[in-house]
Amino acid sequence: MPGFPAALVLEQLLNGLQLGLMLFLLASGLTLVLGIMDVVNLAHGSLYMLGAYFAATLAHGTGSFWAGVALAVLATAGIGILLEVSVLRRVYTRDHLTQVLATFALILVFNEGVRMIWGPQALLLTVPQELARPVRLLPGLGYSAYRLFLIGVGIGLAAGLFLLIHRTRLGMWVRAGASNRAMAQAMGVPIRRVFTLVFGVSAGLCAVAGALLGPILAVQVGMGEEILILAFVVIVIGGIGSVKGALVGALLVGIVDTAGRALLPPLFMHLLPPEVASNLGPAVASILIYLLMAAVLFLRPQGLFPVRA
Amino acid sequence: MGNRTPFRLVVALALLVALPAGAQPRTVRIGFVSTLSGGGAALGQDVLDAFKLALRHLGNRLGGLPVEVLVADDQQNPDVARTAVERMLRRDQVDFVTGIIFSNVLLAVGDLVFQNQTFYISPNAGPSEYAGEQCNFYFLNVAWQNDNMHEAMGHYAQLKRYETAFILAPNYPAGRDALTGFKRFYKGRVIGEVYTRLGQLDYSAEIAQIRAAAPKAVYAFYPGAMGVNFIKQYAEAGLMQQIPLLLPGFSADADVIRAVGRSMVGVFNSSHWALELFNPINRRFVEDFRRTYNRIPTLYASQGYDAALALDHGLRAVGGDLSRKAEFRSAVLSGFETTRGRVRFNRNGYPIQNYYLRQVVEMPNGEIVNRLRGTIFRNHGDAYVSRCRLP
Repeated sequence: MPGFPAALVLEQLLNGLQLGLMLFLLASGLTLVLGIMDVVNLAHGSLYMLGAYFAATLAHGTGSFWAGVALAVLATAGIGILLEVSVLRRVYTRDHLTQVLATFALILVFNEGVRMIWGPQALLLTVPQELARPVRLLPGLGYSAYRLFLIGVGIGLAAGLFLLIHRTRLGMWVRAGASNRAMAQAMGVPIRRVFTLVFGVSAGLCAVAGALLGPILAVQVGMGEEILILAFVVIVIGGIGSVKGALVGALLVGIVDTAGRALLPPLFMHLLPPEVASNLGPAVASILIYLLMAAVLFLRPQGLFPVRA
Repeated sequence: MGNRTPFRLVVALALLVALPAGAQPRTVRIGFVSTLSGGGAALGQDVLDAFKLALRHLGNRLGGLPVEVLVADDQQNPDVARTAVERMLRRDQVDFVTGIIFSNVLLAVGDLVFQNQTFYISPNAGPSEYAGEQCNFYFLNVAWQNDNMHEAMGHYAQLKRYETAFILAPNYPAGRDALTGFKRFYKGRVIGEVYTRLGQLDYSAEIAQIRAAAPKAVYAFYPGAMGVNFIKQYAEAGLMQQIPLLLPGFSADADVIRAVGRSMVGVFNSSHWALELFNPINRRFVEDFRRTYNRIPTLYASQGYDAALALDHGLRAVGGDLSRKAEFRSAVLSGFETTRGRVRFNRNGYPIQNYYLRQVVEMPNGEIVNRLRGTIFRNHGDAYVSRCRLP
């Protein structure tokens, strides 16, 4: 087994961190909506997709990536609030199956709508000029400036969200709503307005992730579903309703996924004949995070940081 | 009864329109199943647009018969493709099927088409499965066998004497064919062979592995959006200047260049077709494609155009008689004029043709395009034909 040089380990850690933090932006909204409002919102991924499409269109229209992202976040938050008021409010009291059906229908509506407005081809969103270059971290290790920027944004937003939830009155209401909705309502928390606000913020966070990942991934129909599955894995690992759990879960998933893809195939190559290894390596690497989820569920069925005792 | 007059007029008009139709020969129905959404959509769209352009050039007739094209999007999903093909064969009774981009999709529907005794004219996917023991009378490929482009690039890497190479492809039939093809002609040391998930868009983990392995050259087969992302990320990681990136034409054609931009200038790639191949068919194709669709055609587009030419040539040879299948097949196999000159075919339905070296360059007018740099293989067939038992 060849040794893993420090540069490789550092680079993979940064990759894992970047993936994890972007997943956190999605998972934090998802976990709050599920934890506080008790709504399974499958359309969460569609908001991520909308954020990316808005950013691509608006960045092109305004000529500035930053203006595009900022406007996209506002627009998506607006759509999120509209969605809460018009559709989701009606399914709060229904069972989860009804919610799944309603929000799955929303996925189809959003996907078809996007296809009608923007067409089936992927849109182009390019990395802003000032970040489209490698930054030298170690001798011989240039790392994409844009990815470093994503890590920075992720850490900043995570810190902001923690302050919001643990240091403000609104945050207190949110926590109260998450641990016991009926009691919180009885104590005078304006739960309806809190719900709308939480939904708007979570839609905005989706848009941040969609817009910022757009240049790395691809802005295309169906991009939301793929990442939604990962976001669900994250909140199941972290414990539903817990933002701290979402952060830990997201970082775990990001690092395990990256490390698995980087380390497992070469490891298998050393242990097994090449034909078997070349098939098994990628296969096992791609299910590693699900194995992680299964292990967490086995040991702690409520997730790592359960909100409700 | 004055208010009945418009109705009568409509009936009369309808009769007028319907009358000549009865006297016309039967139409050829083409089932065009392709990837028209998602990360491979640009490929399917190019093939479809060029196929339609060829039909327009042929006066909307194939071998003298009027044409009807039924289009379905397979969403790069084998199950969706199977449903679409089944519907086209049973309900719409199409005479030919064509259009599929991805080999895993083709392998899922091939048996349906062949069992129905319908020809499948492949404008792209060329899996090794259909080249060897499982070759089929009803399968014709106007493009290439999956290994070919990669064999050409493997040969080029060998000529350049790169001592070590790191090679990557998506984990699906064409991806495995690709790296097999590369290794068939590259005799240096492969120090990394990575298969990624089909459709993967973030290659940071693989790029870190490449950096750590420090090979003399990198070879990556990534079509469509996968290619766009891999190359962008390779450049953003600062590797473009450090380790030469060799690509098959799929990952370095106009669709990818449009998305990646200037950082691709200088990259070498292999192709069976090039913009500036000098023959009248190619000139007309390139000029009219650019004028009609306002973009530079890709090699995929040339293949879509050639698929229509193959149908036209075969149907012309049988005088539009769709029941003379053996004659149709042998007419196509014996060769016809395409966008890359005259191409002949092996008994497994795969072409014998030249493979060229191209380089991405920036033109004086700022346009970034591929330019021909030389010929890697002349009259090159595929490695599997000896195992095909067809006459």
